[in-house]
Amino acid sequence: MKTTLRTLAAVLALGAVGLWLATGASRGWTKTSVPVKQLDAVTGIEGVTYEKRFVPGVDFLGGALCASAMVAGLSFLFRNQNKQTTNTQQTP
Amino acid sequence: MKKQILVLLSLAASAGVALAAPQSFDFKDPKGVNNAQFKLDAPLEAVTGSANGISGTVTFDPEHPGATTGKIVVAAESLHVPNPMQKGHLHSGQWMDVANHKEISFEAKELKNVKTSGDTTTADAVGTMTIKGVSKELTVPVKLTYLKDRLSQRVPNMKGDLLVIRANFEIKRSDFGINPGAPKEKVSDTIELTLSIAGAAPRS
Repeated sequence: MKTTLRTLAAVLALGAVGLWLATGASRGWTKTSVPVKQLDAVTGIEGVTYEKRFVPGVDFLGGALCASAMVAGLSFLFRNQNKQTTNTQQTP
Repeated sequence: MKKQILVLLSLAASAGVALAAPQSFDFKDPKGVNNAQFKLDAPLEAVTGSANGISGTVTFDPEHPGATTGKIVVAAESLHVPNPMQKGHLHSGQWMDVANHKEISFEAKELKNVKTSGDTTTADAVGTMTIKGVSKELTVPVKLTYLKDRLSQRVPNMKGDLLVIRANFEIKRSDFGINPGAPKEKVSDTIELTLSIAGAAPRS
């Protein structure tokens, strides 16, 4: 159990950091849409439309790392499994 | 012959008067390009977003750009920021209260310091800005570009003129009761506004 929780914590932390880095390491808040600028050739106006896209920010990263730390912390509640070694050497 | 010349001249004169008459430009953009952008740059956080629910009418006379008047309206519901939680706060009662104050408007009553060069006019538009039900007199520097006979290039099969209005100015959110108690180091009191809009005056 202990190992499972620690593995889960590591996967969560690495996954969050990986996703954050892969999507541009945004240092702002998480976005669910990003602005897309389009130039209108006739008027010269740069129009702004929003495209639905998930861009994790520092809040996502912080939340995921906190969750990871909690899962890792939870693993300390479980005791190590004692491997009982019995000496069953028989004397002739 | 003399009579015919007189008739022709009077027709030409009346056509000239008709062309020079003030035109009404509708700013409801079918292409959805018109937009108002806002930025609140505080030491701890910068908030940027835009709104594209623009409408309104401006009366513009190419012969007398200084006589321009009109009203531009932004649908408060169209205010958008990329973070969903921030957008929720922005639309809430404490901030823009879009449920009760559906429109943000600027009504230009007169233009001052008018300078025209070719199709472009720069001026200071004096008018009333209304946000969240609070109205304030404001002077906004504007740039008007008159694009004669260019409507067909934007909207096929439609003849007419275009008027492009650009404006960059600042307002204080505390002046309009937009969550005046919010910490200024987190959310700036100064709102930088950039307006880029085009209106159409169709001709039959």
